Parts: sequence; C-alpha cells; structure tokens
Amino acid sequence: MTQKNRLPEGGRIDRTRPLGFLFNGRRYTGFAGDTLASALLANDVHFVGRSFKYHRKRGILGSGAEEPNALVQLELGGRTEPNARATQVDLYEGLIASSQNCWPTLEADLGAANSLLSRIYPAGFYYKTFMWPPSFWMTYERFIRRAAGLGRPPREPDPDRYEKAWRHCDVLVVGAGPAGIAAALAAGRSGARVILVDEQAELGGSLLSRKGAIDGAPATHWLDTALGELRSLPEVMVLPRTTAYGYYDHNMIGLIERIGDHRGGSNGGVPRQRLWHVRAKQVVLATGAIERPLVFSDNDRPGILLASAIETYVNRYAVAAGRRGVIVTGNDTGYGAALALAGAGTAVTVVDLRTEPTGPQHETARARGMEILAGHTVARTFGNGRVTGVEVMPMTADGEGVVGSGRRIECDLVGMSGGWSPTVHLYSQSGGKLRYDEALAAFVPGNFRSGQHLAGAVRGSFGLGAALSEGFAAGAAAAEAAGFRAAAAPVPAVEGYEPAPQRMLWVLPSSKPLGHGGKNFVDFQNDVTAADLKLAVREGYRSVEHVKRYTTTGMGTDQGKTSNINALAILSETVGAAIPAVGTTTFRPPYTPVTVGAFASRDLGDLLDPIRRTPTHGWAEKVGAPFENVGQWKRTWYFPKAGETMHAAVNREVKAARTSIGIVDASTLGKIDIQGPDAVKLLNWVYTNAWDNLAIGRSRYGLMLDENGMVFDDGVTTRIGENHYHMTTTTSGAPRVLAWMEEWLQCEWPHYRVFLTSVTEQWATIGVAGPNARKLISELTQDIALEDESFPFMSMKEGHVAGIPARVFRISFTGELSYEINVPTSYGLALWQALMTAGEKYEITPYGTEAMHVLRAEKGYIIVGQDTDGTVTPGDLGMDWIVSKKKPDFLGKRSLARADTRRDDRKHLVGLLTQNPSEAIPEGAQIVGELKPRPPMKMLGHVTSSYYSPNVGRSIALALIEGGRARIGQELHAALPDRNIRVTVTEPRFFDLEGTRVNG
Amino acid sequence: MVEPYLRQSALVHRGLSRAAAGAMSGAGIVLSERPFRAMVNLRGEASDAGFLSAVRAAAGVELPLQPNTTQRAAPVTALWLGPDEWLITAPAGEERVLVPALRASFGERHAAVIDLTESRTVIAVSGAHARDLLAKGCTLDLHPRAFPVGACAQTGLARAGALLHLVDEAPTFEITILRSFADYMWVWLADAAQEYGVALRTE
Amino acid sequence: MLLIPCPFCGPRDESEFGCGGEAHIARPTDTDRLSDADWAAYLFMRKNPKGVHLERWVHRLGCRRWFNLARSTVSHEILAVYKMGDPPPASVAGQEARRT
Repeated sequence: MTQKNRLPEGGRIDRTRPLGFLFNGRRYTGFAGDTLASALLANDVHFVGRSFKYHRKRGILGSGAEEPNALVQLELGGRTEPNARATQVDLYEGLIASSQNCWPTLEADLGAANSLLSRIYPAGFYYKTFMWPPSFWMTYERFIRRAAGLGRPPREPDPDRYEKAWRHCDVLVVGAGPAGIAAALAAGRSGARVILVDEQAELGGSLLSRKGAIDGAPATHWLDTALGELRSLPEVMVLPRTTAYGYYDHNMIGLIERIGDHRGGSNGGVPRQRLWHVRAKQVVLATGAIERPLVFSDNDRPGILLASAIETYVNRYAVAAGRRGVIVTGNDTGYGAALALAGAGTAVTVVDLRTEPTGPQHETARARGMEILAGHTVARTFGNGRVTGVEVMPMTADGEGVVGSGRRIECDLVGMSGGWSPTVHLYSQSGGKLRYDEALAAFVPGNFRSGQHLAGAVRGSFGLGAALSEGFAAGAAAAEAAGFRAAAAPVPAVEGYEPAPQRMLWVLPSSKPLGHGGKNFVDFQNDVTAADLKLAVREGYRSVEHVKRYTTTGMGTDQGKTSNINALAILSETVGAAIPAVGTTTFRPPYTPVTVGAFASRDLGDLLDPIRRTPTHGWAEKVGAPFENVGQWKRTWYFPKAGETMHAAVNREVKAARTSIGIVDASTLGKIDIQGPDAVKLLNWVYTNAWDNLAIGRSRYGLMLDENGMVFDDGVTTRIGENHYHMTTTTSGAPRVLAWMEEWLQCEWPHYRVFLTSVTEQWATIGVAGPNARKLISELTQDIALEDESFPFMSMKEGHVAGIPARVFRISFTGELSYEINVPTSYGLALWQALMTAGEKYEITPYGTEAMHVLRAEKGYIIVGQDTDGTVTPGDLGMDWIVSKKKPDFLGKRSLARADTRRDDRKHLVGLLTQNPSEAIPEGAQIVGELKPRPPMKMLGHVTSSYYSPNVGRSIALALIEGGRARIGQELHAALPDRNIRVTVTEPRFFDLEGTRVNG
Repeated sequence: MVEPYLRQSALVHRGLSRAAAGAMSGAGIVLSERPFRAMVNLRGEASDAGFLSAVRAAAGVELPLQPNTTQRAAPVTALWLGPDEWLITAPAGEERVLVPALRASFGERHAAVIDLTESRTVIAVSGAHARDLLAKGCTLDLHPRAFPVGACAQTGLARAGALLHLVDEAPTFEITILRSFADYMWVWLADAAQEYGVALRTE
Repeated sequence: MLLIPCPFCGPRDESEFGCGGEAHIARPTDTDRLSDADWAAYLFMRKNPKGVHLERWVHRLGCRRWFNLARSTVSHEILAVYKMGDPPPASVAGQEARRT
C-alpha cells in the first residue's frame, strides 16, 4: 500500500505533484513539498539505517538539522553524497538514496554482530583495545579504517557546478521562523539592505509545524502576508534552502545556498549550490531551538521520535507516523504531538514526568479525554526493530526510582520531549558566552556583542508572542544601528504555544540498574549511552572536553545537536558538580556539513591560480614548446624540434648560444622604477655594495640581504637619469622586493623622497646572447652604436630596434656577448619575430628556462631561491667581493658580523664533478664524506643545481657543502636511495674561466 | 614611427573580432577588451596646491582627493589610487603627449610620472548581472549605495590585483589589470558569467 | 575574516592586507656597536600579549600604504587605526600597557 501513513488532507505538500523515488532499491512515492524523511514515514518506513558502533537498527528521530540517525547515501557515481540527513533532503522525482553503515544489506547486516559483543565496546573502546602491543597498530588500523566512517565519498569527478560569492548587507537575519520574519520585516521596512536566510525549503519555521493563530487568523495567513511584503521590498533578499554554517570575525557569515539540490544537481549554467560570504553590518540570530530526547532504556528503536518531529510530520507533511502512539514528556510542548496525532485519528497515551502537569496544551488534552499518566516513566521499550510497545511505571516522588509494577502499552510510535535547547551554535561561534538557565535547563546566550541581536527561542523565549515581539524589536534595533530609521511596528496578538513549568529528569528511572537489560542512548549517532558516560567518570575523566573525546559523545556529522545537554547533565550529576561548572564543549563551524565542491567553486584546473603569460606565449604555444611554472608565470621551458627529446633540445639551445645566437624571452624579470633625490640612499641600504658613483647610463649587479644577513634577491640596476633608476629583480622575487623596499621607505625612512613603481609589465625583455649578437642587432638599429667604446658591458642605450622604441641593456646572464632589449610590451612579439627573421642566417635559436639555467651554471652564476634557501650569506656563496667594507650600514650588515655567520665550516657553494662525465647527479641529492651501508650518515650538504653541459662536455653541479672551499679537490659521495655517485669538489665555475667571452 | 599593426593587445589571441558575431540578445553579461588605453601613474603630494595645479595645466583634469573616486574631463579621467597616487587615463596614444607634458609641468618638484600604458589592459564587464559576476571574485561592496557610478577601487578580483571603475548605469565596470593576467581573467570572467548568459564584443 | 578600516581606502576585507607584525619597532642606529644580544632582540623578540596588540599592516591590494592598527588578540576587535609614524591613540596606549 502506498503512503499508508499519509493523512487524507492537510499539510503543506502539493498532492497534485506526486514524486517517485528509490530507497534501498525499492520504489516509493511522495509529494512535492516532502523531505525524504517525511516521504519515507508516509510510506511507513521507519527503519532507515544502522548505528555507527553497534549497527543497531535506527529510525528517523527528528525533522531537521538535528537528525543523528537518518543519514543516507544520496545518488550514484560522481553525484553521490554521503551522510545526507533524510530530514533535510527535499524530495524530487527520481531521487535515489540508500542506507549507510550496513553490509551486505540494511536488513541482514553482518556488523550487527557488534551489538552482541557490546561488552567489549565500552567507552574509550578504541583507546583501550588498540594500544597494545604497539607493533600491532598497523594491523589494527586496517580493521578500524574499514569499520570507521559512515558513507562513501564519490570516486568520480563531481559533474555539478558550484559558485561562491561575497555579499554585503545592513542586516542579516538567520532563521525565518516567526522571530526572524518579524525581524526582517522591521529592518526591511526601514529601507535597510536585508538578507533573510533559512535552511528549509519553506520559510516559516515553527509556524509550519505548530497550530497557532495570529491576529485571530491561522498563523500561516500572517506568514503568507509577511513573506509577500518581504518579497516586495527591493532591498530585501530572501534565501530559502540556505544554511548559515559559520559565524566568523567582524560579522562575516558563511552561507550555503542549495539552489539545485532539490532538482538533483546543477542545470545548465545554474549551479547546484552557492556559497556566500556575507559581511553584515548587523546580524539578527533567530535560530530557534532544538528539542532534546529523553534517556531511557532502549530509547533508540525505529518508531521513537522527538515529539516535535511527530507534530511536524502531522501538521506540515500530513503524515501520521503510527497507528498507536505514546508521548513521553516532561513539559507542555510534548502535548503538541499528542494533540496532532489525536487529531489525525491516532490513539495516544501521554506519559508525563511531572506529578502535577500544567500548561495550555495539557489542559486541552485533558479536556479532550486523552489518557495522561502523570508522574510516570517509561521503564523500557519492546520490539525487534520497530517499537512495538513500552513499559510504563509510576515514579518515586524524587524521580530517582520506580514504584509499583509496570504496565505494558502496545504502540508503534513513541514521541519524547526532554525540553528544548536554544540553537546557540552560531552565537557561540561568534565568541558569545553562554549562561545556564536553571528554569529552562538550558544554555542561553549570556552577553550581547555589538552588531549582534537575538530574538525568540535562541534566547530561551519559547512562546510565539515573545518570538514576534522580540523579532520586531531586534530587527528595528539592527536597522537603527546600521543607520536607518525604523518605525515602531504593532506586534500582532497571538494565540498559540506558551511555555509552562517543566520537569527535568536526565535519565529516566527503571526497575533495573543503569546499563542492565537495555541501553539508554544519549548520543545516537556515536552510540554513546548514559552508562558509558558514567564509566568515563569512574575512570577518572572530569573535563567535558576529555569526556567528549574519550566517549566520542557530541562528535560526528550532527556534532551532538540532540545529545550535548543530556550528556553534560549526566556528567554533572555523576561528578556532583553543577552544570555550569562542568561547562560546554566548543561550537565550531560548520553548523551542518558543507560540500567541499562549494568551497572550491571554480578554483579548479587552469583557474586554480592565476596564470601569467608573456608576450611570446602564443608564439611558443604554436611551435609546440612546453612551459614551466615560475611563480604564477608560464615560462617557455625549451623549444623541441619535431621528434627531439628534451635533452637533445636543451643541448642544441645551449650550444647555439655559445656558437652563434640564442634568444630568450626574459620579460618576467622584475622591473622597478625608482625616482627621487634619495633614490641612491635607498639603493645603498638594500644592496650590499656601494651605489654612489654609478654614472648615468651605467648598470651594476647587486645582492640584497634580509636583516639576518641572508641573500634574498639579486639583479642589475641601471641609472637612467639624475635621480632615476631602473632596478631588475628575479622573476619570482619581484613582488617581494618591491614590498620590502616600500615597507622600509614607509615605516623606517618616511622622510626619504623616493617613489617606487613596478614596471615589470611595461617592458617586454628579449635577451640576445652569443658571438653573433652584436652583428644581428646592428642590422636592426640605426640609432644605437654597439661598439665597445660607446656601449661597453654593463651599460644601457636608448634608441630603436626593428623600428620599435627600445632600451637596450648590455648585460649578461650567460657570460656571452649579450643584450637585453626592452620594448613596450605590446610590441614584444613584433621584436621577437623581427629578430627571428633577421637572425635566420645565423641560425638564431630560441632557448627556454632550462638552457638559461645550464648557461648560467656553466659560468657559476647563482639563482636565488635555487642555489640559496634563506640560510646563505654572501660569504657562503664566495661573493664577499660584493659586500662593501666602507658603507657604515646596509640591511643585513650587522648579522654578517655574528660569530655564527663568520664560521669557517658554514656551507659553501662549490662545484661538483662526477667520476662518470655523462652522469648528472639528481638535484637535492645529499652529499656525504663517509659512505655507510645504510643511514644514518653525516650529511655535508646537498646539490642545488645539476645539468649536463654540452659546452663543458660533461655533467656539472653546484652544491652547498659544509666547509666546502677547504674541500676543493676532495672526493665525496652523493648518497642516493638506489646508488651512490662519487664526486670531486671544484670551484663553482666550469666554463670561460677567464671571463673574456662577454666581450664577444 | 613603428608600424601600428605590429602592436598586439593582451587578448589578441582570443580572436575577439571574430567572436563578436555571436548573439548578444538576452545575455546578462557582455565582455570586451578595451586595449591600449593611455595610462599614466602620478605620485605627488595631495596637500601641495602647486602639484595639483601643475596636473590641471598639463592634463586638463582635476585630481580627485576623495578616496575611491574619479574625476573626468573628457577624454581624460583621473582615478584615485592612494593618498599620494593617481592614474590618468586617456585614449590610445595620448601617453606620448601626457607624459612629457606632466614632466615639464612638474619641473624640479618631487613628483613622479610613470607611463604604465603597456603594463595594463582593460576588460569591460557590462550588463544587468555585472555586479553579481564581480561579487564572485571580489570582496568589495558593489551595491549602488556603496559603489556609485564614478567610483573606483584597487582591490582583488579572482585572486589577481585589479582596479575597478564603474563607468555607467548599465552597469559597466572597467577592470584594469596587469597585462599578463588578461587571459586568465578573461577565462575566469567568461566561466563565472555562464549562469547569466555571456556575449563577447569588440570595441 | 577581519574587516580592516584602511585609513586611506576605508573598510576592506582582511584578504586585501598583509600583516607586518608588531608596530613601533625602530631599527637601531649605529648597529656596529650593538651587542649580538641587542641585535637579536631587535630581530626576533616580539610581544605576544593576550589583549591589545599594536601591529603594522599594509593594504597590499589597495593603496599599498602601511599603517598601524590596535587589535585585541582575544576578540579580534580593532580598537584603532593610525598612520605610520603617529603614536598610538591615548585610549589604546593605556590598554596596551596593561596587557592582561
């Protein structure tokens, strides 16, 4: 029979739109407006999953975010999602879901044997069992890994689209129950920019679940009018199906909006979900409250629900989840479920913990002749799976024990209400402190932070009237605080639930001692019982944080939404301390789990990080050159000809630059324009050498140190005018160097008259190197004289190359006769092509970063960040020659005088030659003096650069070696995992030792 | 003078002139490149009346002193970048006039004129969903109350530095970025605009 | 995520800024005569208060200007921003000294 529990009328479902879905392979039908949980209950499916530790049969417990049991695996393939709460999954046509944590099937689960072994699964089971002997840990871990976890992650890429966006507003209202809607109305009417969010598909919160009247009409009439008004206000954004999952500093709230989930995913360009980072001037929290279960023997059978959930299923979804109901309650709200069931034709007995029950709903129930057992407890439950009955007993006056004999009531549905806990998660995440309210037996917000307002049940104000009046007040106050004028709004008259005194019994008494005969569950998701908590205390745990981790109570995907207060109260009773003295655990985001895809959004693949392209990028792409990442830049790695290996291509490029002409795109080099009368003072501070006597048009190499005396960048700086310099930096160091100099200028020397501007991208830089470089360029320029006398090494000329305005620098990173031609970036490719065409007769050869590295290593030129690592001084590099002895001070100078930086046995940059000239040592290889059969061996240092050099005719390497300069000539070993390589220490230079080639 | 056809915009490889034929109706976002705009960076003292009048004389525009605002004297626009920094923009090629004129106008004054025309390009984002699109990669409040026409801001967009300028009510945002980021930014914007429908246009 | 009031550009998201650590660290002059210990103190020794902390920040993605900021390390509340070279406002200077 289909939907046997669906009531013939009522509810907010759309009966004209039946929806088919599959659960555990069986086909069911529900209606639009259902959740998966309400649709399953409509079909009388209570048993939906197995518990985590004991694999006990579990049913739907709640009706919203608090659900600990009904976790399902949604959908298949790349769309599959574990741990979806059936109570928060909106039903759609074709939905596929299955139970988790059971194998091979829900009905015949092998793990259920764990339940029989429960004596060996006590609190702290994992800690106790798997710690000894230590060598068995690896074996244990395999077992734990298989048993742990609930659902399965997808194994295929997620086909859905996710978006994320930032949003600002004057007032963000979280929760669209009566309090939140009233707040949004009050704030929205002022003209403020308002965002109202609610995690449910339909706005209204408790108004959708409870019967009530506002201004003499059903509450839903007020709701419809209010929502209509909100939607008419242009600056009010209403987001249903949106969870505020995290409350961060300065009123930054994370929202996750489920746009396409109820349609089964994204649809064309419309994303599945959108993650919002909302920055709100003011926040109104109207997050409501969560009902607590009662702790009694075998309180976890399918068919035992929170009373409020039963009420919600009847009133909102038109589902009476059973034929014969028992409601166990210590307060008046439990009667709401009893009245709802009775109205639906289900026979109900109320077991009231209170000896003298009061309250408006209790009065109504009594007037209708409902059976009410005051001062009674549920001693145990019956059933093999679905609950089939309960045993009720009168209690002693103090509620500690039972009297008389038990009476069995046959039933298939049990509702329980242990009172309400304000949903303080977001409030606590924001740094708010909690206060324990004895009358409510609940933690309520204890202080009010600026920019934050609270209204309704989250404050412990559980009545409908209070929700509305506090909501209007909070919305108006928030709008005023954001700078708007909020007119006083009349608070409507209400007729509905109002609170009445409750009785709290944290563990219901029974005829048997705790832990005998049945299990009194506190945390359903983690299978933690009252006996487990008491055992933890007996074993010496006192701190709530320790008890949480030892017993696992409050962990898992629900983070203890239904169990925290019960666990805390049991802990407090057991240790004999008041609840506030025991304290609470910390609430952290997210409130409910958020799909990782939403955080990633489009930060995937090529959009994971910006990609920077040089002017010749497209040309290199067309000729099939691969690229190398240098920071965010893509630089051409090498230019293979058809069928050529990387090794062959790099050898060819390296040879060409030394025999005719090589050409390289060096546009990524950092360039900083330095202007002002104090420019030279700045240079003297940041470089180790002196800059006072550099002539206009001349260039100089410089090394920069941090204040620890360690090399952090290098480059060539050219004086291009009286008070005007053009600095170059390493590619990846460019932003760092500019920021470094700005920091010193602004924080330490604000009186210096210097302006710094990055001009890295103003100029395309094409390097032309090799014996024929001068000949080639002379063919392309009329206004630049290239002879040594007028244009010597380390100088700059302005003019035109290939008709393009250019600054030509005669500097060299290869040791060859070499020019770096800078032209306006948009002409970079034109220059490249002009050089390639004119250079054909010289067999001009484009080279990439790999050949560039080989060429400079042949000459022993360092690359900062490759041959240095932040622990290397100029002395370590053998570059004392560039450190001024005369300058009174420069950045890092004092650190070079420390005893440690003057040691002789620091690591020095040296060369290494392998015994076998064709073998190159892997970069990063550790160098040892004395080889041993296995580690540990004393490591002397490591290889920083290593290549095959066709110009030297053998492999070459640079390394940082302890006391390296004193070891020149020594034999050492590169110790590799699979072999050892014998090496000889040399000077860190391998080619053109006289340095004459730079003159052509 | 160099042949102008040799000059290439940062997005030339995207073939925008051919893509422009695509349908524009119904698109919530229109993307285009506005290349080669003259951009001259100015540094100087806002409190120095002589500096301000020197700029007025050379560029014909008042420097905005209010943070995050612009001043326009067609065809020149001055954008506020910081307490002592501005960007002067003008039609393509004008940098060749503006740079020497400003330098001459400042004389010995401690101020700096830096031509950044080649460093940057401009991507225009226009259409009903332009604010929603930028909000996907930018933390700024772009609501008309907070960011009216004429406002500008240096900020981050899609993890790249960007200068935003709202130029009309369409709304049209001009996004000035470093040239090397242009292709990445273009792909990012086109992908993020997918849910609104996107059209490409040449200027 | 903090919302930091840049003294030049107005309130901006923390992601636009860089934090330079403790403010008001002046570089010693005549470093040649400084003992190793005094130099090390300048380089490495910093306050780590539970309470008001004076820091310097740079508006990296905005105006690129450095400025000072007084922040509670407990609540992350920003109590004041003030320009480089200015002393801390009297209100926060007192709190900073107390440093609970």
